[in-house]
Amino acid sequence: MLNIELFLFFLFAVMAVGGAVSLLAQRHPIRSALSLIVVMVSLAALYLLQGAEFIAAVQIIVYAGAIMVLFVFVIMLLNAGEEERTGRSRLAVVAGIPVGVLLTALLAWGVSGGATTQASVETVVQPYDTKQLAALLFREFVFPFELTSILILIAILGAVVLAKR
Amino acid sequence: MKGNDLVPASYYLILSAVLFGLGVVGFVFKRNIITIFMCIELMLNAVNLAFVTFSQQHGQLDGQVFVFFVIVVAAAEAAVGLAIIMLIARNRQTLNVEKVDLLKL
Repeated sequence: MLNIELFLFFLFAVMAVGGAVSLLAQRHPIRSALSLIVVMVSLAALYLLQGAEFIAAVQIIVYAGAIMVLFVFVIMLLNAGEEERTGRSRLAVVAGIPVGVLLTALLAWGVSGGATTQASVETVVQPYDTKQLAALLFREFVFPFELTSILILIAILGAVVLAKR
Repeated sequence: MKGNDLVPASYYLILSAVLFGLGVVGFVFKRNIITIFMCIELMLNAVNLAFVTFSQQHGQLDGQVFVFFVIVVAAAEAAVGLAIIMLIARNRQTLNVEKVDLLKL
């Protein structure tokens, strides 16, 4: 009954959840950053498992390779230290876990109910080509695409101006 | 690859919900501003997973296009947000959000 896809899904899902829990549990932000890298790589593997190879590649290159590197650099530059354990942080752990479980259960109940109502048999050949994704991106979505290039330019200008001061 | 008969879509969505819940808990209860920012990125990643799952479930690529845009916006936001964090750290000499509670020093 256990096929290889299910096994791989559980492997990467456990890795992702483990990385996320480690992100919360670690006190030093550099360890949280490395845990987040683990989460992103396992999510990229999950995208690949679903057939979204372009998104998996973009996730590794941009998210794990650029954004997380930026985070690590900033942590290094700011010399971020460990968080201290105060009474409030202990209370946060005690109060946070039930709240988190409740929120997650609510979300999971909502999304899993929505997924099973959808007809799961899709006999149409599903378009998973990067070529078709590019066709969609550069035809129907060309205006948001150009807008994001302007957005990146604005972000570069903003970051340079802010960090220069 | 039709994942619906191999791995049910609800499995991916529940994983996305779990990651999002963990991101919310970390965002609310952590005190280091960089860790809080990383929890925002975790939430965005959880939402990306949900988008890709729905895109595969419906057989349309619009979900993946949206993921592309979310990643681009997250990159821009990370750059500017980290610049702001560096400014705050320079001015207040602390990364603890509980200590940054006055508008004027």
